[in-house]
Parts: sequence; structure tokens; C-alpha cells
Amino acid sequence: MGFLTLFAKSAPTLLSLPSGSFTVDRKGAVLIGTLPSSFPTDLVRDIAQQVLAAFREAETAQLPLAELAINYSSLKIRARELRGGAIVFLSPKAIDAPANHS
Amino acid sequence: MDKTMETSHKILLVDDDPDLLAMYGELLAQLPSRPAVHTASGGHRAMAMLEAEPFRLLVCDLKMPKMDGLQVLSIVRRKYPQLRTVVLTSVVDEQFRSRAYALGVDLFWHKPSTEQEVKMFLECLESLLGREAESGFRGIQSKSLVDIIQLECISQSSSVLRITNGPLTGKIWIQDGELIDAEAGDLRGEAAFQKILSWKMGSFETLPPEPSRARTILKSYNGLLLESAQALDEARGEAAAEGTAVPTSPLAHLSQVEGVEFVLVMKSGDGGEPVARGLENPQHMAAWTRASMERFRALGERLRAGVLEQIEGLGPQRNVVLARQGETEFCVGWKHSMSLGEIREMMKKVLALWAS
Repeated sequence: MGFLTLFAKSAPTLLSLPSGSFTVDRKGAVLIGTLPSSFPTDLVRDIAQQVLAAFREAETAQLPLAELAINYSSLKIRARELRGGAIVFLSPKAIDAPANHS
Repeated sequence: MDKTMETSHKILLVDDDPDLLAMYGELLAQLPSRPAVHTASGGHRAMAMLEAEPFRLLVCDLKMPKMDGLQVLSIVRRKYPQLRTVVLTSVVDEQFRSRAYALGVDLFWHKPSTEQEVKMFLECLESLLGREAESGFRGIQSKSLVDIIQLECISQSSSVLRITNGPLTGKIWIQDGELIDAEAGDLRGEAAFQKILSWKMGSFETLPPEPSRARTILKSYNGLLLESAQALDEARGEAAAEGTAVPTSPLAHLSQVEGVEFVLVMKSGDGGEPVARGLENPQHMAAWTRASMERFRALGERLRAGVLEQIEGLGPQRNVVLARQGETEFCVGWKHSMSLGEIREMMKKVLALWAS
């Protein structure tokens, strides 16, 4: 039975949007976080890099920023600049969806 | 040749389960409009097919390996905004229903399990396929709001017109060819009607009539339209006489909104030349705006987080908001003293002004 499960195709899963926060240093290394372990670490790093790059490039454009809020229809990312690094908060949004069709 | 065959719609059905693909493929092919049903066993294949030929409707599963349905829908919304989209899934988690609707899907269906549900599902798809062809709404968009109201009233119609102007929404209730009520923000009745008429552009939607709506407008539609036109003329005349608030460009209009320090507007994509007001060196700001919008749009697709609505930045010198409306990207600078709540409210005004 174990032999069979070894080759069994794993069922695809859907990515849940996480709620929590993490801290990242100026080099993009994630120091500490409260995001669920099911949320992929490469996506956490991805968020961190994009946020740090946005802070850095804003400064180059002579627009120093202390805080960024990125609003998606299903998720809000809020980042506070922290000595070159950042603390990042993720919070999924509740959306009023139409009634169930089935 | 049968005319329906010549104009048959094309449906793209995406699911990683070949049995389901075959079963739903057969079901959909039997719809009254006899659509041509194409199938794809995964997201990447579906994207390639959409690239190769136009489709009318995409029916997509959510749980698929490599590229899931939310990723497919994110890309589809951006690249093919005219394509109708339906989610057909066995996922029951409410979060994913919300996220699918946030991505702008037309319908979200759990895979039907009874004959009755299958019948309803097929009826919905048929309705969705025919909706655009049967509706005259897109043709109306080139007419003014006054034309539409006159048309509704002359034909003794009963309906509710919902008018959207950027982030602003208004409603006009028409019952048996009479204007009975209007609503725009906090305004109701005649004041709301006049406010809505002052919007020069927008999109319209006809909703079912609401006969029980209380009547607040008692004047005839002709009288009210005339009064509104006069009021608008007078307002323009007064502004011109004062010699102040007649900005010569749309950007000047935007920069007069309370709290605005600068405005930068450009067409999205690399080719759009930025135009700005209140900025000494708009090129740097334009580059940052473009890079940030693209960076966070792409991040949103990877996260399946839905549409990027707005980016807000708070700084020690000034605050800034990046937003997109249609093909236009905005970077608006706000006074440092304003709170985020105030900025959001005023940003709505800026976008509404631009839309009108």
C-alpha cells in the first residue's frame, strides 16, 4: 500500500491568502513572522523583495516613504519601513460575493 | 448553411480531469446556441489557446496542478477583458468564491450534482452567451445620459438606471415613463438627479424596475431635464465670471482638489508619455509609478490576490497614491498632514473628475 501511495499523484491545492506579519532586513532576509507555515516561503520572500524595492526606488525618485499600503481586491499588504528593512502585514479582505449559484 | 452555425460562440473549458472535460464538453455542445466547445487540460494550455483564437466564454476549474484557476483568471481578466468567465469547481471554501468574484468572474458554480442543477447551470451559460448579443446597452454608451432618460420616458418604460462615473455611483428610478426618484451619494430626489446629470461620462446599466420605490420627484422629466441643463449652464457661467475656476486642462481640474500637491498621469505601458502638474521632475516619479504598478500587479498575480486597486505611500514630506483607471495610470501627491482616510476619499474625487 505504501508502495502505491509513493507514486500516487498528489491532488492540486489552492493557495489560501494568509493573515499575519513578517519582518525583513535590508537584504531581504525574513527574520521573524507569524504567517502560517502552509504559505510558501518563496512567496514571502517575493513580497519582501518587491516591498523593499518599492521603498528604495521611491527614495531615488525623491519621495522617501515610511509606509506603503498595496490594496488588491482580495488582499491588503501594508509595509512599514524599518531601518532599511520592513515589517509587512498581510490581511485578506472579506468580499461580498453574490449568492451561491448551485 | 444554418445561420446559428455561422455565428456559433466558442467556449473554452478548462479542467485537469479528462473525464469531466469529456462530460461537460458534451453537455455544453448541446446548448441551444450550439457553441463550439474546445477543451484544455491545464492553465498553460488554456492560455496558449486563448492566445491563438478568440473565445466568447471560459469555463474554468479552480484546483489544477501547475497553474491553478485563480492564476488563469487573473491573467485572463487583464489580457482578455471582454471574455466571459465562469468558475466550475468542487471547492466549497467561501474564500475562493469571494476571490473569484473579486477577479471579476461572471459566475461561480459548484460542479452540479443533480439533473436540476445541471439544467440550471446550462441555462445560466446560455444566458451568458447570449447576453451581449441581445443587449442594446453597449450601443447606448455613445449617447448622452439625457438621451437615455428621454428614451426610457418616451417609451413609458419602468426601470432603474445605474450610472457609474469612476468611483461614484448614482441611480435613477423610472416608473411607467415618469422619473420618480434619484440617488447619488448622500443626495436624493431632484438634487441627486442634477448631480448625476452633471457627470459628462460614465457607464450605464439597466436594472429591473422597483415599483415600490417611494416617489420623491414630482416634476415631469422634460421640465427636470430643462432645469438641470439651465443649472449647469449657470454654474459654468458663474465660474467664468469669477475668472477663477475655469481650468484649461483636465490636470488643472485635478490639481484643484483639496490636498493635492501634484498630479501625474500617463497611459499604461512603456509608450505613454507622462503629463504632470506640480512636479519639477516628472520623469523620476513616472518611472517609479510605472515600476511600482507593474511590480505589484505581477506580485498580485503570483499571490492570486485579485485586481490591484490602489497603492498608497505615506512619507515624512508628502503622501502619494498610485491608481489605474482604464488604460491610464495616476500618481497623485497629497499633503503630508492628511490622514489615509482623507486621502482615500479625495482620491475618489480625483478619479471621478478625471472620468468626467
